[in-house]
Amino acid sequence: MADTFNRVKELIVEHLDVKPEEVTLEAGIKDDLGADSLDVVDLILNLEQEFDLDQIEEEDSEKIVTVGDIVTYIEKQKQEQK
Amino acid sequence: MRSVGIIGVGAYVPEKKLTNYDLEKMVETNDEWIVSRTGIKERRIAAKEEAASDLAVKASKRALKQAGITADQLDLIIVATVTPDMVFPATACLVQNQLGATKAATFDLSAACTGFIYGITTATQFIKTGVYQHALVIGVDCLSRIVDWEDRNTCILFGDGAGAAVLGPVEDGYGLLSFDLGGNGEGGDLLKVEAGGSRLPASELTVANKQHMIAMNGREVFKFAVRVMSKSTQKALDHAGLEKEDIDFFIPHQANIRIIESAMKRFGLPREKVVVNIDKYGNMSSASIPVALNEAIEQERIKKGDTLVLCGFGGGLTWGSTVIKWSMDQVE
Ligand SMILES: CC(C)(COP(=O)(O)OP(=O)(O)OC[C@H]1O[C@@H](n2cnc3c(N)ncnc32)[C@H](O)[C@@H]1OP(=O)(O)O)[C@@H](O)C(=O)NCCC(=O)NCCS
Repeated sequence: MADTFNRVKELIVEHLDVKPEEVTLEAGIKDDLGADSLDVVDLILNLEQEFDLDQIEEEDSEKIVTVGDIVTYIEKQKQEQK
Repeated sequence: MRSVGIIGVGAYVPEKKLTNYDLEKMVETNDEWIVSRTGIKERRIAAKEEAASDLAVKASKRALKQAGITADQLDLIIVATVTPDMVFPATACLVQNQLGATKAATFDLSAACTGFIYGITTATQFIKTGVYQHALVIGVDCLSRIVDWEDRNTCILFGDGAGAAVLGPVEDGYGLLSFDLGGNGEGGDLLKVEAGGSRLPASELTVANKQHMIAMNGREVFKFAVRVMSKSTQKALDHAGLEKEDIDFFIPHQANIRIIESAMKRFGLPREKVVVNIDKYGNMSSASIPVALNEAIEQERIKKGDTLVLCGFGGGLTWGSTVIKWSMDQVE
C-alpha cells in the first residue's frame, strides 16, 4: 500500500508538476492538484504502463477523483491479477 | 529491390481562416479552453466552390514542380481522403484529369487520418518492384464539410487542406526504409460518419439525425492515439534496424498537441525533434502529415541523410508509421 502510494506520488509529481507534499491520499486530482480533464486521461495511461495494468475502462476512470482512489484501484487490480 | 523515396512535396491550404474567437460566436467555447486542450489557434476552411480535388491539384502541381517531372510521367495517382468530391468517380480520376496525367492509374484510399501513410506505403511497393516509375500520393480532406458546426466537441478540432508527395526511385539506401501499418475495426464506432453509404443511404431521417456528420468519442480516441503512436513507431524502427536516438525528425499526425506531448513523453523523444504546426491548421486528417512535412522542408529544417519518422492514426481505427532516410537536397 505504502509502496503503491509512493510510486503513484512520483508519477503525479512528474506529470502534474506539483510538489511531493501536495500529493496526499485525500488530494483531489482536479480540484487540488490542478489537473485538467486531459491530464487525468494522460495520468491514467501512465498508471496502466507503470503498474502493468489492463486498460482502465471509462466507467472506472470516472470514479477516480482523489489520489487515494488511484491507490485503491491499483491495489484491487493487483489482488485480482493474483 | 530498388530504393524508393519522396522526390517532391507540395501543400495547399484554403485562404479562409477560422479562429478560436470566430468559434466563440458559433458554439459555447473559448480560446483559452481550445488552446490549452488542443493547441489549435486557427484552422483553414475551403471556399464554397472549392472541393477536395481543387485543393489536391494545387498541392500536386507544387510537388511535381519540386520533383522536376511533368504530370504525363506519372504512373499512379493515389488520393487518400474521406471527403472525396463525390461518391464516384474517384477523386484520383478528377485530379488526373485536371493535371493531364493521362497514363496514370488512379484510385482513392480510405484510411482517414492515416491515409497519407497508407498511400505512400502502397505507392512505394509498385515502384520498388519496378512496375512503376513515378507515383503521386495526395492526402486531402475538407472535414469542414462533414463537421457538425453545433457540436463543440468536434468542430473546434478540424480544418481543410491538402499535401502531396511524388515518389520515385532514389539513391541506394535512401527513401522509405520500413513501415508499420495497422487497423482495428473493433474501434470503428469511436470516430465515424455513418450515413451516405450502402447501410444508411441518404434520407430525410439521416439528415435530420445528423448522421452525415462526424461522430466521435474524444476521450477513447485520445487514449488509442497515445497508445498506438509509440507502439507503431517502435515497430517501424525495429523493421529498419534503428533506435529512437537515430530519429532526426518525427512528423506526427496533428490531431491534438496534448496527444503528441503525451505520446512523445511515453516514447521518450525530445520536443525539438517533433514537427508541430497544429496551431495554424488544426487536424486536417490525411493532409496533416504531408502539410507538416512540406513546412519543415520549406523552413530548411530537413536535410539530405536525415532520418524521419512519419506517424499517423485515426478513424477505422487505423494507424501507420514509416521510417524515411531523406534523399532530397535542400531546395532554395
Ligand atoms: C475532444 C477533446 C479535446 C475533448 O477533451 P476532453 O477533456 O475529453 O473533454 P470533455 O468532454 O471531457 O470535457 C471536459 C470539460 O470541458 C468542457 N468542454 C468540452 N468541450 C469544450 C469546448 N469546446 N469548449 C469549452 N469547454 C468545453 C466540458 O463541458 C467539460 O467541463 P466539466 O469538466 O466542467 O464538465 C479530446 O477528447 C480530444 O482531443 N480527443 C481526441 C480527438 C481527436 O484527436 N480526434 C481525431 C483523431 S484523428
